[in-house]
Amino acid sequence: MSMDQSKIRNFCIIAHIDHGKSTLADRIIESTGTLTSREMQAQVLDNMDLERERGITIKSQAVRIIYKAKDGEEYVFNLIDTPGHVDFNYEVSRSLAACDGAILVVDAAQGVEAQTLANVYLALDHDLDVMPVINKIDLPSAQPDEVVQEIEDVIGIEAADAPRISAKTGLNIGEVLEQIVEKIPAPEGDADAPLQALIFDALYDSYKGVIVFCRIKEGTVRVGDPIRMMATGAQSEVTEVGYFGAGQFIPCEELSAGMVGYLCASIKNVRDTRVGDTVTNVARPCDKPLPGYKKVNPMVYCGMYPADSAKYPDLRDALEKLQINDASLQYEPETSLALGFGFRCGFLGLLHLEIIQERLEREFNLDLVTTAPGVIYKVHKTDGEVIELTNPSNLPDPSEIEYMEEPVVAAEIMVSSDYVGAIMSLCQERRGVYISMEYIEKTRALIKYDLPLNEIIYDFFDALKSRSRGYASFDYELKGYERSELVKLDILINREQVDALSFIVFKDSAYDRGRRMCERLKEEIPRHLFEIPIQAAVGGKVIARETVKAMRKDVLAKCYGGDISRKRKLLEKQKEGKKRMRQVGNVEIPQEAFMSVLKLDED
Amino acid sequence: MGSVDERMKKELELYIHIPFCMKKCEYCDFLSFRADEHTQHAYVEALLREIAYYGEKCREYTVTSVYIGGGTPSWLDEELMSGIMSAVRSHFSLSPEAEISIECNPGTVTDGKFAAYRRAGINRISIGLQSADERELRLLGRIHTYGQFLKTYELARRNGFTNINIDLMNSLPGQTAESFSHTLRQIIRLKPEHISVYSLIIEEGTPFYVRYQEDAKRQSAGEPTAALPTEEEVLRTTRLTEELLSDAGYEQYEISNFAKPGYACRHNIGYWQRANYLGLGIGAASLMENIRYTNVSDLYKYLEKTVHIKEELRQTAAPGSGDVANQAACRQSAQVIPMTNLHETAERIPRKAQMEEFMFLGLRMTDGVSRERFAQNFGIEIEAVYQEVMQSLKEEGLLAKRAGQIFLTKRGQEVSNYVLAQFLL
Repeated sequence: MSMDQSKIRNFCIIAHIDHGKSTLADRIIESTGTLTSREMQAQVLDNMDLERERGITIKSQAVRIIYKAKDGEEYVFNLIDTPGHVDFNYEVSRSLAACDGAILVVDAAQGVEAQTLANVYLALDHDLDVMPVINKIDLPSAQPDEVVQEIEDVIGIEAADAPRISAKTGLNIGEVLEQIVEKIPAPEGDADAPLQALIFDALYDSYKGVIVFCRIKEGTVRVGDPIRMMATGAQSEVTEVGYFGAGQFIPCEELSAGMVGYLCASIKNVRDTRVGDTVTNVARPCDKPLPGYKKVNPMVYCGMYPADSAKYPDLRDALEKLQINDASLQYEPETSLALGFGFRCGFLGLLHLEIIQERLEREFNLDLVTTAPGVIYKVHKTDGEVIELTNPSNLPDPSEIEYMEEPVVAAEIMVSSDYVGAIMSLCQERRGVYISMEYIEKTRALIKYDLPLNEIIYDFFDALKSRSRGYASFDYELKGYERSELVKLDILINREQVDALSFIVFKDSAYDRGRRMCERLKEEIPRHLFEIPIQAAVGGKVIARETVKAMRKDVLAKCYGGDISRKRKLLEKQKEGKKRMRQVGNVEIPQEAFMSVLKLDED
Repeated sequence: MGSVDERMKKELELYIHIPFCMKKCEYCDFLSFRADEHTQHAYVEALLREIAYYGEKCREYTVTSVYIGGGTPSWLDEELMSGIMSAVRSHFSLSPEAEISIECNPGTVTDGKFAAYRRAGINRISIGLQSADERELRLLGRIHTYGQFLKTYELARRNGFTNINIDLMNSLPGQTAESFSHTLRQIIRLKPEHISVYSLIIEEGTPFYVRYQEDAKRQSAGEPTAALPTEEEVLRTTRLTEELLSDAGYEQYEISNFAKPGYACRHNIGYWQRANYLGLGIGAASLMENIRYTNVSDLYKYLEKTVHIKEELRQTAAPGSGDVANQAACRQSAQVIPMTNLHETAERIPRKAQMEEFMFLGLRMTDGVSRERFAQNFGIEIEAVYQEVMQSLKEEGLLAKRAGQIFLTKRGQEVSNYVLAQFLL
């Protein structure tokens, strides 16, 4: 049973964060009767706990919807939800490759934001037709006419007949559905051609093995077909094909060109499936694989260690499973004197790091110690060798270093004119180089800066929000590497260097960072029976010092009327701290201390 | 009574809580408050009802000590106190050798009260002095002067009390080892049988917390503070205390308690050795056959619920139940003290927690804990549970072993929280 391609619409929704992308997706699903509103849980597509809690979309999700249009025909919509955060451009890119068009949601009160632009450019890169929608017109501060004008001026796409909706109340959703039929092109492709299917996502199921999410570009796939993954070469037989109901997999007989669905093929080894790879039929292969997705490399690295060293194999398995549908996550084994066996992991950004960390802790029940995140530095040695440094501990001796380079990003910040001064001084503090500023409207400016990546990975976004009262938006892309004066800051605890606490820092910031690091560690490390010096050193020279005083005398409360519960609580608190300690020399360091560099800028 | 053979009876301690004070001290976060005469009467009536109820339940026990604490028990009218004691006598089987203590605060006791206490069989007086320094007494918000204390002490002696404790406090704002030793020397001259020395703790919810919270934080980080003595100074104070008291013939039998030979407080030792004790009055804690109870801490609930004490079918099972010995103990004591509407909590202590308590309470005593008693209680050698902890503490010079007793060294006593926490499993 081959489906009429002209009745299929494969599309995604793109938007700046908080402009209402997931709410619109919910409304579309609801109003087409895919789910009754009773079954409807807010934001159906964000089905990870983490996504609902944070109100963001992390993983792409897909759902098939049947829509009966005004022309009397039934259409099949395949809606693919995409993440909105700058860290997840890669995920967006993968989802876009499975679509033929995109709905662009713009907040009627906020207008075009930095990520609105970034996402539109990505969609245009994938040759998608972009259909604008003005959302939140029920807000008192909505200015739909101005926003339409802005979309036409800033982005350069037609927006005069863009539906003006409220995804929250359901206003004018019908118009959106009709425009999907009219404006999003139907897929192309020959159902009888050799199979060519693009993997855009995958997940691991303990019963079915790997479930591959794919868009059939050419040909047809059925149960029993022998298939091959063209990049990895892995072969197997299809055991199930189907499409996406809301939150469930619905098996069907076949998937043919233009369709979006999933297939299972008893693939047990997660490494055999790579997002971006092409699936073809072994008996009748296609000539060449589809162009892969735009490959994105990790920008931020940190060490991840199991709190309980016996859990090392569990951590390895967990990372392997997460990597299957998150190809941008990278990891390789490393060893730390302080933390034992673990992995050096690469991420797209700090949010990505946090998400992976939380997923490892929640979905795999692992307790982790994470070291300070850093970027990839290029170390040019005197003998001409160039090292890409992801772990500060591997920095060669200074005498062997000719010079070092650090990654720099081209950042675009959109902000209302009131906060231009505040944002510029923030960029200045973060060693930014001013590039340009233009007013895209009377009251809104687009500021461009080149910024060292290591100045923005920790808390730049928070600082930006707080200095603009939440009104600035931000996007960046890697520009390249620039020579910089960098040093390795080492931390010595009780005169022993703790490898997991070393980090690379701009030379002029070393003293300040070192001092604050020592202060922070002093608070984190409990008192011992002996005095513990905490020192920050650059190249063997101590630049800051704090001391954790020795325990001298406990004060003793009266234990009253045999009520020992208070005493027990006190002892339990002390004991609880001890469980989460790492022994370095004869000093016990709480696991939190290894992450304390992250919090240096909080005060 | 008399149906159970006296020799078969098990021992029981009674704690009776009197929550009333004329004025609450600035540092105090115990369950105490001011109340009018009417409330005091109503409270004592409720106590009498509770005493009658439990006396019935505890037929198989002999009461070996009674401790009337507070609050300020000595603030109550002497008739009320006599009434409480005669109720205890008529409802419980009170051993003739029982140690019976009452807490008294200077400024609340009269000659007549002491005489009444004697008649009621009370044989131990515990006086809350805290300091002999007038400045320190004012700072703490005490209602009395040192002079008033001397009068109270004199009255107690004149009424024939031969077992008197004096409570003192170190780590007070502005206190030095020298200033504390001045207090101590004056007390030693009076030759009380027993001296307790606790540290001032800055507790949340007290006026002191508002005033000294930052200092307390700095003090516990080992840093100098504007008001509170440094840890270094508290250590010096403690060492000087031990030296002075030892020279004066006092033995330190517990981490905060000193006594002339033969005068150690048996009631308190019961707490450290996990004896059975029954707490009466609001907020009072009990330990009966390894079930721990606490009474409701709301006065009006207490008054109301004692009118008709109802047994409740609430389970007293604690997490980790499953060991047979414990369930047996639970059944046994459930017969003694079922959960009632008077209880705020009742928790059967799991075996693991019993071991922990055995250690962290027992090690407060200078004699420490007995290997043999551990084995008797738990049917397992102490080393099988704590070998590793004991070895590392021994290496750190904090724990020692002699003649089957395991105890804290001097240094171990000084950092006792650090040591005791390690015995949690």
